[in-house]
Amino acid sequence: MAKTPEFEIPPFRTELENPALVEGAMAHCQPFIAAPEHNTDLGFPGELVDNWEMKAVEKLGDLLNKNRALRVYLDSCVKCGACTDKCHYFIGTGDPKNMPVARQDLLRSVYRRYFTLAGKIAPGLVGAKDMTKDVLDDWYKYFHQCSQCRRCAVFCPYGIDTAEISMAARDIMDHIGLGTKYNNEILGKVHKIGNNLGLPENALINTMEGLEEDVEDETGITVRFPVDKKGADVLLVTPSADFFAEPHVDGLIGYAKVFHQAGINWTVSSHASEAANFAMFIGSYEQMHKVAQRIRQAALDLGVKRVIFGECGHAWRVAYSFLNTLAGPWDFLDPKYPKPQHILEVTYDLIQRGAINLDASANDDKVLTFHDSCNVARATRMGDVEGGQFIIPREVIKASVNKFVDMNPDTTHEKTFCCGGGGGLLTDDLMELRIKGALPRMEALKDVVDNHGVTHMAAICAICKSQFAKVMPYYGFPMDMIVSVHQLVSDAILLGTKE
Amino acid sequence: MSGLTLAYALAFYFAVVVLVVGVAFKIGQFWTTPTPLKIPLMPAPMTRKGVGFRLAREVIYFESLFKSNKWIWIFAVLFHAGLVLVVLRHLRYFTEPVWFWVVLVQPFGIYAGFAMVAGLLGLWARRFVVDRIRYISSLSDHLMLALLTLIGVSGLMMKYVARTDIIALKAFCLGLVRFDLQPLPSDPVLLLHMGLVALLMIVFPFSKLLHVPGVFFSPSRNQVDDAREKRHLAPWAAKLDTQSKI
Repeated sequence: MAKTPEFEIPPFRTELENPALVEGAMAHCQPFIAAPEHNTDLGFPGELVDNWEMKAVEKLGDLLNKNRALRVYLDSCVKCGACTDKCHYFIGTGDPKNMPVARQDLLRSVYRRYFTLAGKIAPGLVGAKDMTKDVLDDWYKYFHQCSQCRRCAVFCPYGIDTAEISMAARDIMDHIGLGTKYNNEILGKVHKIGNNLGLPENALINTMEGLEEDVEDETGITVRFPVDKKGADVLLVTPSADFFAEPHVDGLIGYAKVFHQAGINWTVSSHASEAANFAMFIGSYEQMHKVAQRIRQAALDLGVKRVIFGECGHAWRVAYSFLNTLAGPWDFLDPKYPKPQHILEVTYDLIQRGAINLDASANDDKVLTFHDSCNVARATRMGDVEGGQFIIPREVIKASVNKFVDMNPDTTHEKTFCCGGGGGLLTDDLMELRIKGALPRMEALKDVVDNHGVTHMAAICAICKSQFAKVMPYYGFPMDMIVSVHQLVSDAILLGTKE
Repeated sequence: MSGLTLAYALAFYFAVVVLVVGVAFKIGQFWTTPTPLKIPLMPAPMTRKGVGFRLAREVIYFESLFKSNKWIWIFAVLFHAGLVLVVLRHLRYFTEPVWFWVVLVQPFGIYAGFAMVAGLLGLWARRFVVDRIRYISSLSDHLMLALLTLIGVSGLMMKYVARTDIIALKAFCLGLVRFDLQPLPSDPVLLLHMGLVALLMIVFPFSKLLHVPGVFFSPSRNQVDDAREKRHLAPWAAKLDTQSKI
């Protein structure tokens, strides 16, 4: 049942060998350029400005003074090659510019030319380059073939994080009027309507009412799905895909059942009806700040005591690592709980305390594996021990399902591979890249399917779920093989057994 | 005093000044540039002490490189560990009487010289043999390896092929330290060795050798995992807060 697109699906490798270098293999691949209004809505110039070469260099100088990571990473690389075979896009495409160091060098060569003595005196010697149209074209293509998953950084002796460099490059491009349609249009919707999908308030309320009816029909129990409920204890901030897309919505039903069963008084907000913060993808602190402030506003308006995030990878990064910075201090929330908290931390804690009952045999038709989402794995934590982000989702799955198998350890935990659609690349105009970039994860999945009878893969990220549902059929897996962790909880939870 | 002695003495004083001032400037730049966000690579230590251990593991045995690629790791350890011992061994030229532990290091320093050159040749070979690394290597990467290899080989040559007047050399080195210049032996291998070392010191602050201070300033490795507990805010970012405070 594999689909046939106009490019070749990379074959599964037998020995996980590195691909042969094919220069320019992905030089034709780039996302749609933003229309002027997508850029101007965010305060960026509509189109490539006059004098963009100079403006780009100026913006790079600005970022160098604002971000230590960028400066240290541009100065410290020794070209040792440790990262060269670690990127899923390189593995899937063989394009040498998808090797992390080569991708970084697209920006580093310009940094050297304008900001280092060696690059000013002897550009040819140190690989320094002028800011030209060719360089800009390469930036636009290859900084949009990075999903900012940080896998390369794990293997770098200096922790050089290509994500930081691609974020800087995208920020520079936005500042000279070269943005992507996908990301900038979505950010505009967040500012105007409150979520990435442009789902207005009344549609949100209708959807949530519909879910309430569905669950009642199915279980005979009234599980509430409140919107804008003042005085609720908990504000749930979740990716908008959870409101209707499959398999995301099954996860949302799972959260609601958990809250119901634990007697937690919760609500979502129509003002902040989106956990995602795509401003991270475009590397704009200012935009990220603005998007994050919605959540603070919603929490204050509704008078909640806790903020809990749904299953979403980069959103959890922004929530866990950045929210205190961007929209804190959160001193008006209940100090007994982490600020903010992940839904899995909540569910895990309830399971530990025996506050909810799960019957794992409800999922006996399934054998599960778990895809560690890149942002959760390498940029956040859950719980109060190092590595809790690996333990807690697995423990919740194991409490909900009897049969669980982990994939090849070189592809899980902090070494996990990106799904291939992260970092603002989850758009149909990049389908070839997304399919090829999924190769390493698909190989690891194939292994546990063939050898351990795995039937389903759980994920805790809206982008992972959408990406896998779309690309798995190209590799011969059914699209409904990808499930939310809370979908498993939803199936296993025994409603009405606790009061 | 010969012109040669004076030229080398001045070159070394110049090199030391460039190295110290240049590296101090870069460290100052790294130090004063703010970190707008918490970006530790997880799982990350939850205490400062834990971060100290993490950095120590990176600096002492190249933990991440070990995870990444065993060949690069072996060559890198051979070179760096060799270099450390060789540098310690050279302290005997600058101290009188020679410190006790520097005496102990002497025999190991010789093996270390070979290890260092072997490591460099291994790393250099990879730049030709492995197509991925060939692709990312620029001329300066080759020249840096050539410089270091020549320093190592010329040093070993003075031990095994063309020995130099070590007593006179030590007098010259001590003279440099004491600002009382003594004649430098004019053996070509020694002059090459010392000239290249001075050159290495001069290019240090302008090259990828900045990975030496850089490894300590990498936010992905030196930050504590405490974002939910402690609010982290860069001064320039704090201004955005006051503009839009809810």
